[in-house]
Amino acid sequence: MHRVLGDRRAVAILLGPALLVYTLVMLVPIGWSLGYSFTKGNSITGFSWAGFSNFQRLADDPAVHDALWFTVKYAVVVTAGQVAAGYALALLYTFYLKRASALVRTLVFFPVVLPTVAVGLLFQKFFQVAPQTGPVNSLLELVGLHSVDWFGSAGGSFWVLVLMDVWRSMGFYAVLLFAGLVDIPEEVLESARLDGASGLRLIRHIVLPLSFPVLMSSAIFSINGTLKVFDSIVALTNGGPGSGTTPLTLYMFQTSFTYGDYGYGSTIAVLLTVLCLLVTLVVFRVSRRDLTKG
Amino acid sequence: MTNNPTRTGRTRLAGYTAAAAAVVLLASACGSGGTGASASPKNFDYLSVTENTTIKKTLTTLSTTSCADQNKALPLKVDTVPQSGLDQKLQLLAGQNALPVQFAAGNAPALTTQLFTAGNVANLEDELTKLGAFDQLQPAAVSTIKALYQNKLAVLPYEYNIEGIFYNKKVFEANGVSVPKTWDELVAAAAKFQGAGVQPFAASGQQGWPLTRLVSGYLYRSLGPGAMSAIANGTARLTDPEYVKAAQQVAELGRKGYFGQGVGSIDYDTAMNQFLGGKAAMFYMGSWALANIADAEQDTVGAENVGFMPFPAVAGGKGSIDQYPSNVGLPVAMNAKGFDQKTGDWVKCVARNYGSVALKDQGTISGFKVNTPVESANAVTGQIRDTIGASKESVLWFEALFSTKATTVSQQNAASLVTGATSPEKFMQLVQDALAQ
Repeated sequence: MHRVLGDRRAVAILLGPALLVYTLVMLVPIGWSLGYSFTKGNSITGFSWAGFSNFQRLADDPAVHDALWFTVKYAVVVTAGQVAAGYALALLYTFYLKRASALVRTLVFFPVVLPTVAVGLLFQKFFQVAPQTGPVNSLLELVGLHSVDWFGSAGGSFWVLVLMDVWRSMGFYAVLLFAGLVDIPEEVLESARLDGASGLRLIRHIVLPLSFPVLMSSAIFSINGTLKVFDSIVALTNGGPGSGTTPLTLYMFQTSFTYGDYGYGSTIAVLLTVLCLLVTLVVFRVSRRDLTKG
Repeated sequence: MTNNPTRTGRTRLAGYTAAAAAVVLLASACGSGGTGASASPKNFDYLSVTENTTIKKTLTTLSTTSCADQNKALPLKVDTVPQSGLDQKLQLLAGQNALPVQFAAGNAPALTTQLFTAGNVANLEDELTKLGAFDQLQPAAVSTIKALYQNKLAVLPYEYNIEGIFYNKKVFEANGVSVPKTWDELVAAAAKFQGAGVQPFAASGQQGWPLTRLVSGYLYRSLGPGAMSAIANGTARLTDPEYVKAAQQVAELGRKGYFGQGVGSIDYDTAMNQFLGGKAAMFYMGSWALANIADAEQDTVGAENVGFMPFPAVAGGKGSIDQYPSNVGLPVAMNAKGFDQKTGDWVKCVARNYGSVALKDQGTISGFKVNTPVESANAVTGQIRDTIGASKESVLWFEALFSTKATTVSQQNAASLVTGATSPEKFMQLVQDALAQ
């Protein structure tokens, strides 16, 4: 094996095709998009050179500031929600349900396989106030409260979105983290118990540090997914009311394909790429910390 | 390691072949995949919006009756897309050179003008003149189209509409309300209905435009028919106090709950059903709604109980109550690149027969001449036909002269304006900013 991998030509043949495909479908479009950010126009009118004007506009555009703030807020809240709910479920599977957890795991995982649009419609109906009163508002009325027009305000829409995305993907994170938890050797837990650690102390001092790597992977998965959120927002609120729940991705899509401004759309995409890069760097740096010394 | 020359050669060859295959595969995938109507079309494709069923139905009727021969040569094929996604779809199709033979024009006339300039949209004045069918268009419709599309006949007037407020005669009578002539009377009437437990207005906040139409209605009455062109040519701004006042008036209606609960979630069909089901007293809409009003299954109120009034006057305003906002409903453009002999035959047949069939079967008024006399299906249709016939001056609508971006911003924020989530000043500022870009 070593001889094969030591041969440059063999390496080139093994890696070449995959690298070529990757370059053509990933790197070239990224470069292309970067090129577009220096232009103005669209595929109907053609493109003209615009220098750095799109970047100037990006810095001054209040809609971008709002979208950036929404993206970050959404990513932080949903990541925290997804990972926390997933971890809580994983602990439940491992320490309470134990072998009986298969059914619960399946049920909680079920929303993950549902199409986002279907989940969006489900939550729309769930929280709607008109034309029919949805179950949530009916419940509020039942306990003597007033119905709430959840989608009438940016705040209400945001929380419904958060709830939907946490519900939709907590099953996935639960399974991921469950895999990490079952890897913790039973002897370690046993000796900790003999030393008198139980409940929260056991989790805080033994389980959490030992499952930290997989927790970190979940956080990276989650933050990368939530920064690029698109489908669930389009399905539930389409960025509304107004632009109250418009993340950078949706604003980029609208700018490019609705307003026909490919150049500025690409500039927003560059901002999103930089944001993802920064977050990934931060996450990697944090995950390198040695926990046994912390 | 000893190299076996044959084997190395074979491996290298395999590697090169794989790489070459990958390149070819990608090149073919990345290359222009346009399968549009640029050469000669195989079908009389029509890309419509889901919300509009009138044109689709009328064309289908024509394909089996008057235009059966044309349909045999070039079969009609209808595809639909939700109105909110139309502009995106058109831009993508145009970019790929894959526009269908005829397609619903974008929500903002600016997009159609852009397509026209790029040579994607046929100049129908030239084409219809060549076909000897230009005289089949109503002059009023032609002038409205030209006002919208920089003096070009870029679309076909499958519909020609005036807009105003439809009202439920029974509800008006039951509450002792007479048809309001001024804005103040309208607000007073709404208050009375609200007090009596009837929702005063049905409106789709999800679409947005039924609400911004009220803003422009107020502007045209208070500032005169030049109100929106002053914004387009930059002599006035939406943030000027007299413009903000219009937004304030409409926001006030929303604040008082006159549009009902959760107006932002109400879609077009729901609003229509609220009115036709007798749940709302008034409904600002275009005359295309006559098709729904004439449909006994949908209209449980009964066509005889539906009245139509012009947008009321504003006290001391410069506009007149008989200046109706007019439009060509869902304008339909034709692909310049696919306009061949067979398409021409279809268009000629449509121009001659569409007007009468649409009026007879659907009860809607188009911009084509009615060559076979048709009795109006109900009183309100007759009233609107007469109004159109007698109309001397018309106005456009709020977003008519806006860019695509300003149109979207305006319509997306309309619901927030009436729910109070966005203040009138902020709303006008947002739209003005979008216009400036």
